[in-house]
Amino acid sequence: MNPSLYRKRQLANRVGLTLSMGAMGLGLAVLLWILAVLFYNGLSGVDLNLFTQDTPAPGTEGGGLRNAIVGSLMMLTLTVLVATPVGILAGVYLAEYGDSSRTAELTRFVTDIMLSAPSIVLGLFVYAIAVATVGNFSGYAGSLALSLIAIPVVVRTTENMLRLVPGSLREAAFALGAPRWKVAVLVTLRAARSGVITGLLLAVARISGETAPLLFTALNNQFFSADMSKPMANLPVVIFQFAMSPYDNWIRLAWSGALLITLAVLVLNILARVFFRDRTST
Amino acid sequence: MSSSQPPLAGVSASTLAVARRQRVQDALFHRLTQAFSLLVLAALLGIIGSLLLNAAPTFKKFGFEFLWRAEWDIINEEFGALIAIVGTVSSAGLAMLIAVPLAFGIALFLTETCPVWLRRPLGTAIELLAAVPSIIYGMFGLFVFAPLFADYFQVPVKEVMGGMPLIGWLFGGAPNGLGILAAGVILAFMVLPFVAAVMRDVFEIVPPILRESAYGLGCTTWEVVRKVVLPYTQKGVIGGIMLGLGRALGETMAVTFVIGNANRLPTSLFSPGTSIASTLANEFGEAADFHLSTLFALGFLLFVITFVVLSLAKILIIRAEKGKGL
Repeated sequence: MNPSLYRKRQLANRVGLTLSMGAMGLGLAVLLWILAVLFYNGLSGVDLNLFTQDTPAPGTEGGGLRNAIVGSLMMLTLTVLVATPVGILAGVYLAEYGDSSRTAELTRFVTDIMLSAPSIVLGLFVYAIAVATVGNFSGYAGSLALSLIAIPVVVRTTENMLRLVPGSLREAAFALGAPRWKVAVLVTLRAARSGVITGLLLAVARISGETAPLLFTALNNQFFSADMSKPMANLPVVIFQFAMSPYDNWIRLAWSGALLITLAVLVLNILARVFFRDRTST
Repeated sequence: MSSSQPPLAGVSASTLAVARRQRVQDALFHRLTQAFSLLVLAALLGIIGSLLLNAAPTFKKFGFEFLWRAEWDIINEEFGALIAIVGTVSSAGLAMLIAVPLAFGIALFLTETCPVWLRRPLGTAIELLAAVPSIIYGMFGLFVFAPLFADYFQVPVKEVMGGMPLIGWLFGGAPNGLGILAAGVILAFMVLPFVAAVMRDVFEIVPPILRESAYGLGCTTWEVVRKVVLPYTQKGVIGGIMLGLGRALGETMAVTFVIGNANRLPTSLFSPGTSIASTLANEFGEAADFHLSTLFALGFLLFVITFVVLSLAKILIIRAEKGKGL
């Protein structure tokens, strides 16, 4: 045995593992740092006014985020209503019929690309088809842009979850004479329900912080409006505008909004995980 | 029997009617779900088509020259994509330089050294880092990171390295915390969890027998990872890196807050620049006519670049997963 080589290998090992532990520590530190900053800057602004008053005009004191919160919730709701059926049915196709077809293969590939496609380009697309043609920005356009982001998430998780359902379950249903669509809807989809819901939660978490696609579609609205055919206030765009503004109270509101969004997103993520683990372990 | 389909023995007419109805329903269901899955393809074609259509005036006026013109003159309508392309590629490139070693470290830790009971919570924590919306990274970068970065990195580094020959120019410019490098660092933390997650997943598909054989020969953990795990998972690791690169190239909010938004070619790591996505976010609201078509042209370029990078990533990851039986 060569003691110096042995020592060198030991040293390389120790250095490498220490650095990897350091990388892990850095990752965790950044997460905690961001959360700490959000709580430190955002918590002081979270009070009743935040939920009962609308965004303030430039130079005026006070104000809240009521219009932005309501606008965001309305757009998210519409997006979920659109993305759920489309995403689940497309996912069912890929999982139940998509084994031998070229188009299914291509669809799967494109869906994966769309998962990471730059969201601002999706905003441009929706601007071209739903804002420029109609003539004004609208909450509907915002929802459409968000749906384009959410649908690929739902498609892929639905497909993956359906593939986890054991084939014997399908075969048993077929043997009883059930038609294919009944097997898909009443047997496999039901068996994969918790996974599909997890996918939906993750999709909502993904889109609730999306800012770029809303800039050119829903735009913003300084006033309270529940009319989705008009420009609509929403949390991410309000945060963007207020954070870049010179007004102190606007920046404070931006931090509070940022805290609300981040908490919502993290809670949704954790819920999705807990939900999935509880259902799959039993 | 004159009918074309002889009735099966013991099957009543009503059963046959049910079977026929079910066949129709099945066909309908098949086509319906297929139509929805084709929507995704239609969306892709729609995106490419509508971007090209709206960008046509710009491409017609400048042709391919648009790609390497370093001009951005809104008043005289002289446009080129070079400044934004340089900003996009350099900030994303810097982000990958920082994120890849860190992601490798995290994946190594999670698959080799981490105690089993800690793997799940730590893995979840990294995934939560991926869930934080990009606008939060942007705000964090602008209000918290940039001032610290200026005082504790840019100023000392400029003092030490700024006067050096050959590399001194990299550290010129005003150390105000904003710029290409700052955008790269913020982007790095944004894409870190994505790259780390892919690396961890491909590290886990290495057959235990390979690992155990290497350990049995007396390899250290570091050697097992460097000489067995990494070569085995090469494609998947590169795929993960490309996936992160795709994300970094197309990221808008995190970059817009910290890149400095200056429409000129960056001259150093600290100088402000602009990326395609941040140009879109900043200028689209006030753009009209020809300027608008230029922005669509930029968007089209961004989409093409990210599409190519993400496709390569996907192909590599698919290949890595297929190869796991070897």
